[in-house]
Amino acid sequence: MDVLGNYKSVISARSTDKDITKQSQDGGIITTLFAYALEEGIIDGAIVAGPSEEPWKPEPVVATTKAELLAAAGTRYTISPNLYLIKEATRSYGLDRVGIVGTPCQMQAVRKAQLYPIGMRDVDDKIALALGIFCMENLSYQALEAIVEDHCNQKMESVKKMDIGKGKFTVYTERGAVSQMPLKLIHKYVQPGCNVCLDYVANLADISSGSVGSPDGWSTVFVRSMKGNAVWDGAIAAGCFETKPMDQVKPGLDLVTKLATEKITKNQKNVDARKTFGLKADGTPKGLRNPYETP
Amino acid sequence: MAEKITIGELHLSGCTGCLVTLADNYEGLFKLLDDYADLVYALTLVDVRHVPEMDVCLVEGSCCLNDKISVEELKEAREKSKVLVAYGGCAAYGNITRFARGGQWNQPGHEAYVPISEVVDVDLYIPSCPPCPQQVRNVAVMAYLLLKGNDEQKNLATAYLTPLMQLAQRGNEACGCDLMYDVINQGLCMGCGTCAGTCPVRAVTMEYGKPNVNRDLCIKCGACYSQCPRSWFNFDVMNNYEGIMDAIKGAMQ
Ligand SMILES: Cc1cc2nc3c(=O)[nH]c(=O)nc-3n(C[C@H](O)[C@H](O)[C@H](O)COP(=O)(O)OP(=O)(O)OC[C@H]3O[C@@H](n4cnc5c(N)ncnc54)[C@H](O)[C@@H]3O)c2cc1C
Ligand code: SF4
Ligand code: SF4
Ligand code: SF4
Repeated sequence: MDVLGNYKSVISARSTDKDITKQSQDGGIITTLFAYALEEGIIDGAIVAGPSEEPWKPEPVVATTKAELLAAAGTRYTISPNLYLIKEATRSYGLDRVGIVGTPCQMQAVRKAQLYPIGMRDVDDKIALALGIFCMENLSYQALEAIVEDHCNQKMESVKKMDIGKGKFTVYTERGAVSQMPLKLIHKYVQPGCNVCLDYVANLADISSGSVGSPDGWSTVFVRSMKGNAVWDGAIAAGCFETKPMDQVKPGLDLVTKLATEKITKNQKNVDARKTFGLKADGTPKGLRNPYETP
Repeated sequence: MAEKITIGELHLSGCTGCLVTLADNYEGLFKLLDDYADLVYALTLVDVRHVPEMDVCLVEGSCCLNDKISVEELKEAREKSKVLVAYGGCAAYGNITRFARGGQWNQPGHEAYVPISEVVDVDLYIPSCPPCPQQVRNVAVMAYLLLKGNDEQKNLATAYLTPLMQLAQRGNEACGCDLMYDVINQGLCMGCGTCAGTCPVRAVTMEYGKPNVNRDLCIKCGACYSQCPRSWFNFDVMNNYEGIMDAIKGAMQ
């Protein structure tokens, strides 16, 4: 299978809204698209990773204003269980058109909830815009704390931004300090579930985006579904983004393809290795459960 | 329009919530009955006293072993249907009836309730309490394609229905604990929050990115595990989500 999934177009882009790019992780694609969709009535609200009482620990929230979207902008490199609110958004929040952002696995969860809505009453046709963010791996909150506080030697509450890129995990503090740690040291902290993940660029999102492939401050954007296409065209017509053709930016799509291939090849090996993980009495291998084969 | 399939609902020890769920498709139910399926057996909705032959039998409720009629009707339904579906948490997993201890009005002698697969072979599960109108609708449309469609439609329907048939093979015990045993303990959980969002009784909360189950609240409906993208995820179907959703939407218009 194509590691980049189905898409109609791929573009390098950056938001034209300075309020957003001040807060956003990369080109502000996600926050800008939701703000546009709210304004246009395409969505009534969006499930995003909002702030919580603990520093850098996200809490899923239903944002219905641009201010709430801005408060949730930027990447938290730890789990934000955004699907937790997917049914609730249509219930106590009363949304008929729900936006949701999430990692590739969360986009998989959205599509499963729509195609097999086993415990998801009246949700399937209310997902109006599912935006995916690229994802190599994710960390438990405690792992993120260990990385920031033990490895990078910074206090969680003093951190202004965290970023992954160019082989490093980088922490920027409010007072201007920059601490880094080589990305390969992160491996032991990755949550186990990520080791069987077979999607890097959120293949099942309506639109998905990440920094990889585009210059600093810009984002790589895959426009995937019919719905995504309509929203993207509308946002471009409304002047929400500056864009550049993907083949005219560096490092370009090749790097995205390379990283996606690396991730999926490595994790497919992990999935396969589960088949022969243990040992039966007759000397043949005993396998672990494989979610891609049977429940 | 090809001929319709026949569907029935056998009501055992359930609360009628599953039957109401079918009706909760509103105009969708009429469309189903107009174009795809004849409802040949169902409490209140159809005036037929005896279990007839049918293509798809949706069984609601668990089976009370102390109630001869329930056991007989269930066996008869198995005999007379092509596809027997455990429709809802009680039929599939026992659900709330797992907690029965007998002594209830007006059949104090009735205390042994089992998921229907203890008594008959079951082909397909639709878990949750109550089940979801859109899920039973999707199964009905796919069953129609499977039994009356062309080759391409048969293939799609087979691929779609396979995991729900595999669920029926997996067993008839469900609990929020499945998230621990078969997802977290297996190193598969990635913290999406679907399980917590799914649980009808809010027994699941997310604590630091992983589900935590209040086991006293859990009614054993099986929704959380089957909805979890790491219980099963069939790329062949999911990668085509747009086409399938459009097809179902088209079929219902
Ligand atoms: C764990 C993780 C790993 C990532 N790995 C890569 C990578 O390898 N390569 C790459 O190019 N990009 C990666 N990204 C994506 C990247 O960091 C940016 O989130 C993405 O480019 C969007 O930036 P933006 O400026 O368009 O969005 P913004 O406008 O900043 O909006 C980001 C949105 O994502 C939401 N969000 C933040 N954290 C989370 C979270 N943990 N879970 C769910 N939603 C969240 C926010 O609430 C906000 O709505 C990763 C993101 C995460 C969360
Ligand atoms: S690596 Fe995969 S499983 Fe892990 S958080 Fe990212 S998308 Fe989810
Ligand atoms: S935890 Fe909730 S969803 Fe899961 S089986 Fe129990 S009641 Fe059902
Ligand atoms: S639905 Fe599955 S993968 Fe998602 S948080 Fe629950 S147990 Fe983990």
